[in-house]
Amino acid sequence: MSDHATHNAHDDGHHEHAHDGVEDIHVTLKGYATGFCAAALLTILPFWLVMSGAFSKTGPADAFILLLAAIQIIVHMVYFLHLNSKSQGGWNMLALVFTIVLVVITLSGSIWIMYHLNQNMMPSMMRDVHNLP
Amino acid sequence: MTFQNPDLAKLVFGRLTLGDIPYDEPILVYTFIGVAIGAIVLLGLITYYHKWGYLWREWFTSVDHKKIGIMYIVLAMVMLLRGFSDALMMRAQQAIAFGPHEGYLPAAHYDQVFTAHGTIMIFFVAMPFITGLINFVMPLQIGSRDVAFPFLNNFSFWMTVSGALLVMTSLFIGVFARTGWLAYPPLSELPTSPDSGVDYWIWGLQVAGVGTTLSGINMIATIVKMRAPGMTMMKMPIFTWTALLANVLIVAAFPVLTATLALLALDRYAGTHFFTNDLGGNYMMYVNLIWVWGHPEVYILVLPAFGVYSEVTSTFSRKRLFGYASMVYATVVIAVLSYLVWLHHFFTMGSGASVNSFFGITTMIISIPTGAKIFNWMFTMYRGRIVYDVPMLWVVAFIVTFVIGGMTGVLLAVPPADFELHNSLFLIAHFHNVIIGGVLFGMFAGVNYWFPKAFGFRLDAFWGKVSFWFWVVGFYFAFMPLYWLGLMGVTRRLRHFDDPSLKIWFEVAAFGAVLIFIGIAAMIVQIAVSIIRREQLRDTTGDPWHGRTLEWSTSSPPPPYNFAFTPKVYDIDTWWEMKRHHWRRPVEGFLPIHMPKNTGTGVYLAALSFIFGFAMVWYMWPLAIISFVALLAVAIHHTFNYNRDYYIPADEVARTEAVRAGA
Repeated sequence: MSDHATHNAHDDGHHEHAHDGVEDIHVTLKGYATGFCAAALLTILPFWLVMSGAFSKTGPADAFILLLAAIQIIVHMVYFLHLNSKSQGGWNMLALVFTIVLVVITLSGSIWIMYHLNQNMMPSMMRDVHNLP
Repeated sequence: MTFQNPDLAKLVFGRLTLGDIPYDEPILVYTFIGVAIGAIVLLGLITYYHKWGYLWREWFTSVDHKKIGIMYIVLAMVMLLRGFSDALMMRAQQAIAFGPHEGYLPAAHYDQVFTAHGTIMIFFVAMPFITGLINFVMPLQIGSRDVAFPFLNNFSFWMTVSGALLVMTSLFIGVFARTGWLAYPPLSELPTSPDSGVDYWIWGLQVAGVGTTLSGINMIATIVKMRAPGMTMMKMPIFTWTALLANVLIVAAFPVLTATLALLALDRYAGTHFFTNDLGGNYMMYVNLIWVWGHPEVYILVLPAFGVYSEVTSTFSRKRLFGYASMVYATVVIAVLSYLVWLHHFFTMGSGASVNSFFGITTMIISIPTGAKIFNWMFTMYRGRIVYDVPMLWVVAFIVTFVIGGMTGVLLAVPPADFELHNSLFLIAHFHNVIIGGVLFGMFAGVNYWFPKAFGFRLDAFWGKVSFWFWVVGFYFAFMPLYWLGLMGVTRRLRHFDDPSLKIWFEVAAFGAVLIFIGIAAMIVQIAVSIIRREQLRDTTGDPWHGRTLEWSTSSPPPPYNFAFTPKVYDIDTWWEMKRHHWRRPVEGFLPIHMPKNTGTGVYLAALSFIFGFAMVWYMWPLAIISFVALLAVAIHHTFNYNRDYYIPADEVARTEAVRAGA
């Protein structure tokens, strides 16, 4: 609808729009198969890790699962969303980088702030806090 | 209730009872009578003149970005009247409630008034103002026929209206929040705020927030994909740049608000403990999250205003904008930095020196690109042939006022100083200083500047200047005393004072509010006088100010298709260059123009959202489920509507263009 109308509008003049046009996405069976296998593996692996109890401590297990989750996100974006540095004239990558920057700022900032909350408490109160169950 | 079966009444009406209608509060009853009479007269007039069909076909269902922009600004102005009434009530209360006098507002009512004032002024005045201006101006500036998603635009607008209506409904059915405009828990949690107030606040903002987020996506897509050929990023008008960055901030920040409100709603409705005081909740997390949204929000408001100042300054100084590239980079830097400062809203929350100093320093750094912008505007004016029309007056007032507000902001950015000034009237003075002096003055400059483009005649300059002087002088009278009171330690949101030596300052502030009231009245008179004198004020050229950007190249008001031929862009000030090269408007060879068709779906969806929000506020579960299902059904049904476009035939385009050539 609207998209159509606008393209029509721009076709009136000489078409030299800076970032216009949708690059055709290279969809291949191989790509989807690779993505599917990788995604499945990355899902089964953490599940197996937890169920089998391969890690005795939860700390390293958490970190490892988070790492696999991050890789999972990348697999989805590359193989299923066809994200690369050239799609939409680079706008997709720019938007992704911006999003990552903001998410990192928000998460790391919030964690930093929330762990810093009791700095100005009086020492006696801090002791009480630590003695809480 | 007269129902036989109380369970049925409870099922249908939830917790809403007759007791929730505030017929025992005289102020609200008189307000209701006034509003009801006004509404009956307005609706009666529309019916009498048979304008319903016209309004529905030409405005409510319109997907034309120009009309939607105008409707946004009408909404902002109507809500400004409501928000300003709240302000007058607060100023009057604080000026008289000393010692034995309790004032005229009971505490429960006063708390609602200051909450409503903040909520309405930010979400339903400032936001519709900037969205409206961007809607109207930006597609014209980039030489486009409409926004990327015209229907979505209409839907976004009506969602904003629904949110505003929900907040307004709380005046007469139930109560509004008594928590302050950001509803900090634990006060906003169910045990401490059991009534409908916080729920109205949550659902009003959630419904409006959908509109804001979608509109942000729409505007980004428009700017990125639909610029006229030749308009590279660094040839975009500066207002379009600021619109782009503001909408990027909207898309990045508003989901945080939505998520935070959803968590608070879960606490209130489902008994979770995200922000409660007990059982593992942490209300500091709410404060942290709400300001992750809240700080970018103030830049969402002020960046487009900066864009307006840039356009107005260069047009009325008859000069190219000084430092275009530095202006763009400053805008980008401000946009990114706006995500690195949110803790300065809660320095006193208890963080240690390293956290506070980090956020204090990032806050101070923001003043550098902002200062660069101020210098750019002044250098644009330097040796320019400045024409002091009304828009330019607002720019000058802005520069002076905003610099004062900016400096007090840097003061507040120093954590030790903030420990003294946090939540004091000094803070209130500071943010009114930057939001009125920065955002609102910019919107008034923009309205005076682009009004002739929207309606084909200028706004009356005399009444514009009357309004300007009352506003600016009134602003200083109203807020400079608050700085002083804040330095003396008066905190915000107080209803009653004991120290009689403070009284005079509150009286001065109330006097300032009265001056602003006259300024607003003069603004209404200005619009009325301009409509009456429209033939004398008529602009047939489409370019009354000798403008520089593409919106001035088309007729006023622009035809539905904006441009018969898509313009080509070679320079930053395209229209200025076109005029210099004696560009002649093409008069033949027109082609049929493909246009999006109007649809009422946006209105239906927004109406259903209103019903859903209202049902949620009052726990009317069956109604909530029905309206939500209906919402989904209408939305899905709309996707099967293939009758979405039409062509304006070439000979009609030729006729429209010929009318302009003849005029």
